[in-house]
Amino acid sequence: MKNKNKQQQPTALIHARVIDPETKRDELGGIFIENGLIADIGPHLAKNAPDGAQVVDCAGQIVCPGLIDMLVFTGEPGEEHRETLATASRAAAAGGVTTIISMPNTDPVIDEVALVDFFERRARDTAITNVHVMAAMTKGLKGQEMTEIGLLKEAGAIAFTNGKNSVANAQVMRRLLTYGRDFNALMVHYTEDPDLRGNGVMNEGEVSARLGLPGIPTLAESIMLARDMRLVTDTGARYHAATISCRDSLELIRRSKGQKLKVSAGVSINHLTLNENDIGPYRTFCKVRPPLRSEEDRRAMIEGLSDGAIDVIVSAHDPKDAEVKRQPFAEAAYGAIGVETLLPAALRLYHNEEIDLITLLATMTVNPANILGLETGRLKVGTPADLTVFDPNTPWIIDRDLLQSRSKNSAFDAAKVQGRVSKTFVNGECVFSYENAAPTFHSNLY
Amino acid sequence: MKLTLMSTIKTAPKIAFPHRHLLSADDLTREQITYLLDLADNFAKLNRQAAKKQDTLRGRTQINLFFESSTRTQSSFELAGKRLGADVMNMSVNSSSISKGETLIDTAMTLNAMRPDLLVVRHHAAGAVELLSQKVDCSVINAGDGAHQHPTQALLDALTIRRNKGKIERLTVAICGDISHSRVARSNISLLNTMDARVRIVAPSTLLPPNADRLGVEVYNTMQEGLKDADIIMMLRLQNERMSGSFIPSSREYFHFFGLDHEKMKFAKPDALIMHPGPMNRGVEIDATLADDPRSVIREQVEMGVAVRMAILEALSHHLPTSCETTT
Repeated sequence: MKNKNKQQQPTALIHARVIDPETKRDELGGIFIENGLIADIGPHLAKNAPDGAQVVDCAGQIVCPGLIDMLVFTGEPGEEHRETLATASRAAAAGGVTTIISMPNTDPVIDEVALVDFFERRARDTAITNVHVMAAMTKGLKGQEMTEIGLLKEAGAIAFTNGKNSVANAQVMRRLLTYGRDFNALMVHYTEDPDLRGNGVMNEGEVSARLGLPGIPTLAESIMLARDMRLVTDTGARYHAATISCRDSLELIRRSKGQKLKVSAGVSINHLTLNENDIGPYRTFCKVRPPLRSEEDRRAMIEGLSDGAIDVIVSAHDPKDAEVKRQPFAEAAYGAIGVETLLPAALRLYHNEEIDLITLLATMTVNPANILGLETGRLKVGTPADLTVFDPNTPWIIDRDLLQSRSKNSAFDAAKVQGRVSKTFVNGECVFSYENAAPTFHSNLY
Repeated sequence: MKLTLMSTIKTAPKIAFPHRHLLSADDLTREQITYLLDLADNFAKLNRQAAKKQDTLRGRTQINLFFESSTRTQSSFELAGKRLGADVMNMSVNSSSISKGETLIDTAMTLNAMRPDLLVVRHHAAGAVELLSQKVDCSVINAGDGAHQHPTQALLDALTIRRNKGKIERLTVAICGDISHSRVARSNISLLNTMDARVRIVAPSTLLPPNADRLGVEVYNTMQEGLKDADIIMMLRLQNERMSGSFIPSSREYFHFFGLDHEKMKFAKPDALIMHPGPMNRGVEIDATLADDPRSVIREQVEMGVAVRMAILEALSHHLPTSCETTT
């Protein structure tokens, strides 16, 4: 299904509100797909499909580039009971996400060329969406010895990250950024100073004080990010802050962008739509990393998204089984699933008039595509037809038991949202559709 | 007859080689380098004869003081001294007084009291040889101080280049590998620049010294660009302790991107020379078969090493207090 040269019947998506965040196109029209590629776009396709094409009437729904989720944890290889590439890609397709970037926190860690090869083969054979892998930047994610960045990049690693483990040693980070720059590698770093984090389990503040839980200060994030920004100034590396969560970090990113450094930043959907109060009575599904912050910080994240300081929204999809989540808060595992609910949760910001629709969609399409060097994420003739069709207004209630992910630890369980994906196209093929209140997957892989 | 001999001793060397020590390639002018290379060329001829012995250094004492272990440099200096008739003593200090707590300067003063004429020194600390030269009465030759200088290596490389290419000026020389920790690179950059060669350095940034572009070289991070149209390719040794993730990820990755192989050789000029100061890691910085390629002059470098060291010993010997001077 990801064979781009495969013969398909040409498809025409008509009567659609076509939105392309790259060109800011927002008009009634259609898209014509041929051989898996976008063959034509425009208002002339609003009503009339070319002869011989299979017609998909979008009934006025939005068609935009397929979403790209830059931060997804899976369990393959090693922890397939939590999530496989197959189940993660089904969750993604159901959420309108056509490309997921998988983190190297697996067992074994993706830090070897052979493992990248294995991963790519598994993705090709089992996933119904595009899946790319970020390779580990240090061996075993231990933060000590750099991995074979050049060879891993040649093998197909899309970027380099230390996953949830921050590189605490500044000398190691400096060498990584120096070496990575020679290969024009994108270095993606989650910053959390292990000493400042200590035994913290949630945001340090009033709520943690009331709940009697040890806190993680925002300083744990911003101090290491400040260090990284100085190292980027020194080395000229391409750097992406994986998930920032507080105003201090936002200011650091803003300043670095002002200095024309090759810096970008992401924020997770959790930190845009939830805050520390959502933990309420010790809800472990809201135990994530970085921890949910204060309302002030959440507002800062939206502000950063609107003015372009923050480039990307990620789901930070992190499937965890019930066993590790049904624990006292301090002992429960971190992480929440989110790839399937990314779009409806993000649309909350649009419905609350906190951000305009095109800017919002850009953070999940063309922005990550540009950072990662993907040709998708935009509506452009000749590029792969990865498309998402959705109605931004459909109201529904998220039920974790109906989500596709193998794990059910959703922070949005029982949340009322507006906006539902009705069709997802990957390389011109409709891999998912939601019709008559039932999801259907179309793939010969299942 | 005696008068003419006196005049050659007193005047000619003053112009040709005025130094008492050889500490750094930075100290040498173009004329001085040319003088040493001419002299070394003659010794290279001599070394190919059956009778190699000269008596220029007869009665002189040469001490090879090596604080760092060495095979080829030490034996090269030993042969050079012996062929010129000197009494040569080798001292490896790893096992000697240093381990008993004696300082570098005390060791030097002790040796100085034995009245050597020439002291050949290798030390692991940059600047140590110069410090030592300030404390002794004899001539000092730097045989390598830390990552700083190894001037006789640069001279023997220059001689090898000149013998194969007929000149040094305007040749493009690509020095590839661990520049940051290499005294060979620093000496060659300096000497080749003095001789008006075009010097490039090629390495991953983690193996380049900071502000490498200020050393008078062009800096490249890929072999493809760095070797383009090069006349000379100088590979440097990569030490084991740099390979496992701290400076570079692995020897496999290093060889793939920075090791010299037949593919990468195609970027250089067809008649490019391959050089290596030794000892080589075949399969790490250089393809196992390429070291034995007809374009490789690695063994000639070793041969020229003896000739160049004879030349520098002779040049320095002109400044030693002579019996003529003591009598006058």
